[in-house]
Amino acid sequence: MLLTTEGLRVTLPGGVPVVHDVSLTVGEGEIVGVAGESGSGKSVTAQALLNLLPAGSTVDGTARFAGTDLLGLDRQGWQRIRGAGIAMVFQDPTAALHPMLSVGTQLTEHMRRHLRMSRRAARARAIDLLDQVRIPDPERTLRSYPHQFSGGMRQRVAIAIALAAEPKLLIADEPTTALDVTVQAGILALLSRLRDETGLSVLFVTHDLGVLSALTARTYVFYAGRVLETGPTPAVLTAPRHPYTAALLGARPHGATGVGVLRPIPGSPVVPGAAPPGCPFEPRCAYATDECGVAPPPLAETGPDRHAACPVAPELEVTG
Amino acid sequence: MTALLAIADVSVEYRSRERGAVRAVAGVSLDVAAGEIVGLVGESGCGKSSLARAAAGLTAPADGTISYAGRPVTPVGWRRRPAAEVGLQMVFQNPYASLNPRRRIGAQLADGLPAGVDRRGRVAELLDLVGMPTGAADRYPHEFSGGQRQRLAIARALAPAPRLIIADEPVTALDASSAAQIVNLLVDLVRDTGTGLLFISHDLALVRQIADRTAVMYLGRIAEVAPTAELWGSPRHPYTRALIDAVPRISAEPVLPAVLAGEVPDPANAPTGCRFRPRCPYAMDDCVADPPVRVAGARTVACWLPDPTDPLRKDAE
Repeated sequence: MLLTTEGLRVTLPGGVPVVHDVSLTVGEGEIVGVAGESGSGKSVTAQALLNLLPAGSTVDGTARFAGTDLLGLDRQGWQRIRGAGIAMVFQDPTAALHPMLSVGTQLTEHMRRHLRMSRRAARARAIDLLDQVRIPDPERTLRSYPHQFSGGMRQRVAIAIALAAEPKLLIADEPTTALDVTVQAGILALLSRLRDETGLSVLFVTHDLGVLSALTARTYVFYAGRVLETGPTPAVLTAPRHPYTAALLGARPHGATGVGVLRPIPGSPVVPGAAPPGCPFEPRCAYATDECGVAPPPLAETGPDRHAACPVAPELEVTG
Repeated sequence: MTALLAIADVSVEYRSRERGAVRAVAGVSLDVAAGEIVGLVGESGCGKSSLARAAAGLTAPADGTISYAGRPVTPVGWRRRPAAEVGLQMVFQNPYASLNPRRRIGAQLADGLPAGVDRRGRVAELLDLVGMPTGAADRYPHEFSGGQRQRLAIARALAPAPRLIIADEPVTALDASSAAQIVNLLVDLVRDTGTGLLFISHDLALVRQIADRTAVMYLGRIAEVAPTAELWGSPRHPYTRALIDAVPRISAEPVLPAVLAGEVPDPANAPTGCRFRPRCPYAMDDCVADPPVRVAGARTVACWLPDPTDPLRKDAE
């Protein structure tokens, strides 16, 4: 496994625990999805893997990347990992790009630093990368500034920059959420092609279950800082085992025209720091029993490569 | 069915020093009847929000007419709106910006009430209608979450008992579960009270589920309007087809959504003739001229293809 976390726990400054006991793996050349609503801890988990959390946060448990213990790294250690080992793409490409530096400068910076490339070699690779992410006229793009591009082009530039130092793992946090469906389709095709051609691994964080289905092979469903269900994406999304996954699928528009109504999940999401003592979904769950309110149920096997943190899950027959 | 809202050949222009006049909306006609939900979909920059603002009287159209209940909509100015137009209300994408942060919820809801009613009682009814407790009236907007604020913004829009609501991306900023609650609230309102709803969204799957008719907009023009089931089952305009195919779907045998080549052109430099021509896989010589608007039953398509169904047809889901 390229990336393995075990029992990852994150506490934000002020002592608010936001991620509890998260274990996940990403294999080489694998695209893995992390799904959840806002406040589920999915972005915090992604940020913890690159040490991007606000100062004063604490991270416990283990996180190993290609043989390196991420949580034991010092400043120099992180500099070696970031960009060249693990790179990240964010939701808002406008905020991720420096507005006053040319695309060329932002693209070649990593190559010169991490790959020790000459100016000339870096420029050649930059053109090659822009070509890979399907930016027309790469030569001119190198001299251009972020504001000269549309949102979709900016995100492709941000992906090219993330790939500049040949990372093995790309963490993509809602990279298509701000984009139109047509532009999103281009980014999904790009990530899939990069995986096929270069063996890139991707940890893809999203709230969009359609995107999850189209792109990822395996999925972790997050809720209130915990993984409630995991397994091969097609199985998790077409035959969910955890009542939360089923509720999430039910709340999205999914069917024939004229049905008219959606099925919202009753109640409200858990406020970080105010999680119930038992299963975090228990107050909203239609299947909850007395035992659910006692302690958070552990992940248990429900099928081949499938796990759900729910005592009812093995008997649950729900369709999304 | 007489149209409650009639948009006829409307254009909206923005002027700037560098770019001159940009036509964000270039000749659009669309109707909304009482008790009808019309979905308006398109990519960002296609002019759907500009059209919504013009329809609500927030922007004056450069051309064309907009009428509500048979009377022309007066652009909003510093003067009070004519009483007859109070029945036209709008809900915006950002509930944080559409409520006054310094006034209590109750006072803001009461602004929309006609004179002489039992204000306290009516505010309580409105809060109940959107599923909020009566106590919310004495609180300030910052005390509520995004989903709750959007419900309050809807309650504010409902205060004058509107006959038509224009909702511009009302759930885009919300989580799946709050989005579903808001959408259900709007749909119930239309079904129960016969209010008309123009629902603008970039979320095609959502529009598919709730709209009676769907209009697809591209670069300031309407490409296709049809009853929603027909539009999805057999899209006739190549752009409609491309949009539908780009929506990622949940499947046991997943496929990547289809990619549409090219980028949306700058509206200041819109292509001549059919505006979708440079990206259209079916483009031909005829397309350099403005496409004919073909009407077939309840469907309207602006395309040169003689029978656009055949080559585009894909098994409907």
